[in-house]
Amino acid sequence: MTNRSSPKFLALAVVFAAAGLTACGQKAAPPAPAPVAAPAPAKPAPLKAAFVYVGPVGDAGYTYAHDAGRKEAVAKLGDKVATTFVENIKEGPDAERVIRELATAGNKVIFATSFGFGDSMAKVAKDFPDVYFEHATGFRTSDNMRVYEPRIHEGAYLAGIVAGRMTKTNVLGFVGSFPIPEVLRNINAFTLGAQSVNPKIKTKVVWVGSWFDPPKETEAAKTLINGKADVLLQNTDSTAVLQEAERQHKYAFGWDSDMSSFAPKAHLGSCMLLWGVYYEKALNDVLGKTWKTGATKWGYREGMTDFVKIPDFVPADVKKKVEDAKAGLKAGTLDIFKGPITDSTGKVQLAKGLAADDKWLGGVTFYVKGVEGKVPASK
Amino acid sequence: MNDLALLVAATLAAGTPLALAGMGLLVNERAGVLNLGAEGLMLVAAVAGFATGFTTGSELLALIAGAAAGAIGAAIYGWLVIWLNTNQYATGLAVSLFGSGFSAFVGIGFVGKKLEENPVTGVPLLRDLPVLGVALFRQHWTIYGAVALAGGVAWFLYRTRGGLILRSIGESPSAAHALGYPVRRIRLVAVVVGGALCGLAGAYLSVIYTPLWVEGMVAGRGWIALALTTFATWRPARMLFGAYLFGGVTMLQLYLQAAGVQVPPEFMSMLPYLATVLVLVIISRNPLWIRLNMPASLGKTFFPGS
Repeated sequence: MTNRSSPKFLALAVVFAAAGLTACGQKAAPPAPAPVAAPAPAKPAPLKAAFVYVGPVGDAGYTYAHDAGRKEAVAKLGDKVATTFVENIKEGPDAERVIRELATAGNKVIFATSFGFGDSMAKVAKDFPDVYFEHATGFRTSDNMRVYEPRIHEGAYLAGIVAGRMTKTNVLGFVGSFPIPEVLRNINAFTLGAQSVNPKIKTKVVWVGSWFDPPKETEAAKTLINGKADVLLQNTDSTAVLQEAERQHKYAFGWDSDMSSFAPKAHLGSCMLLWGVYYEKALNDVLGKTWKTGATKWGYREGMTDFVKIPDFVPADVKKKVEDAKAGLKAGTLDIFKGPITDSTGKVQLAKGLAADDKWLGGVTFYVKGVEGKVPASK
Repeated sequence: MNDLALLVAATLAAGTPLALAGMGLLVNERAGVLNLGAEGLMLVAAVAGFATGFTTGSELLALIAGAAAGAIGAAIYGWLVIWLNTNQYATGLAVSLFGSGFSAFVGIGFVGKKLEENPVTGVPLLRDLPVLGVALFRQHWTIYGAVALAGGVAWFLYRTRGGLILRSIGESPSAAHALGYPVRRIRLVAVVVGGALCGLAGAYLSVIYTPLWVEGMVAGRGWIALALTTFATWRPARMLFGAYLFGGVTMLQLYLQAAGVQVPPEFMSMLPYLATVLVLVIISRNPLWIRLNMPASLGKTFFPGS
């Protein structure tokens, strides 16, 4: 969810790409409605905010969800804010230049939406103490830089509940990107959700080593289906896995945004990221001069994640289970990671009676019991 | 046994776009023109094919549109490098980058759209064979087309007068020119054919293999096809072998994972490329092999009459 890589074979191509990026300017978002013609009372100038996106807004997934969030915040705050965005910014030196330019251009808040923007943003933040910096899925904070992150594994857990009941083979499949804690949390939450309704569940995982490679995601989905998995979830950014499930008459889920239209027969629900609620809060913090540094981790309770569009053919009692879990998340009575949690090697990772805190969640490097295989060594 | 059959089937499907694009690039490299724009052409073709498939509902028309888009893109490239004598490397890279940007731009309206799919029928009768049917005969017809194409290209290059002329232009354009062959026109035809096949490969990806359009969905397969031409030492049969070997390594790593053999995904993503480098090293141990097959004028600009 936090970066994308595409093979570049020629150093020269990179040079050209950099030149190309330099050439593409910022895109101004549609301006807020112009003030009425009559001599209006003097209004304070709108708060200028800028968004740095790692992908194109048309990716139908991760960046699309961010931009939907931006639009939602603008709709709520009206002409109090003026937002712009830059899309398709590669993580690395170029990001620093872009963020610096945005700060120089008079933006008072800057949002960077990918993990890999962290270092660049921290450098710029030091030089612009009057500008507020917001970094998605990061960990670096300072007086004027803070981080925010959705608990997407809640969506994976809810998907797991549906998957656990809809599977006929008791084998679930997961197409993973990279074995980092964020993704491992999703695999584990998906499995735990399924096990909460069906203790016989096994989850098979195939890693594709990319955030975005639709053909390879399709291949991974095929492999899992050939391995008897009949309900799939993916932590990659395209709709390929869902569409392969549709072709082979299996089930799958949408990820990051509503993907129900891609697979009317296979789609069992979509795990949503709803950034708008945070963007509205962050902008309000600056407008109201209440901005404080820190780390925000929001989930279903705060309206930042959701699980939507469960189709009619899913039995009512399964839907009820999902609604109950949602109510538990809302009330704070449901902990997805709650001891005892045993990993796939039989080691207890969280003792009985304990609930996972943010530190524990950030250090998930194992599969829970029921996930087959071993976590590939990363680092 | 059935697992193996499924792996073979997946390998064929994964290797086909590489075989198609690689075969096209092989033809235009045999004429002495290197087209580094393959990735961009495939992307443009992918969006053209998807758009056509989406509006007309016809898979065949979609593939034709993809091939046409690739051919048009290649014709522009050919005109630049053959008549305006621009540098092939720089122009090819420019085409590649232009293609990825252009396809993203024109494809905006097609992101998130769904294509009507035709069920794959495979080969009648043979498809019901045990094991072999699963492995070989339940594929989309383009896969058999790719194999037939390799045969056709080999026959053309080594058994026909046209092929001989094409190869001679790749070896020594000035000698061919002195003999009265229209070097530039023949090169353009080779480049257009190459572009059309790259286009077919791009449309195969967006229409048949992963029926969707998203920016950058070719994900480096154009570059792999380019590497494969060297891997194959510019010979069609080896190209076919290389494409399916590459597809096979890609699929094998996924199958190993599902079978519970765990290796880091980064290592596995690297594996196919490692295989390419290895084979390149082995081939390059034999200088004669390369020299016999590599078109001598590859990548060089030809000025008639100079």
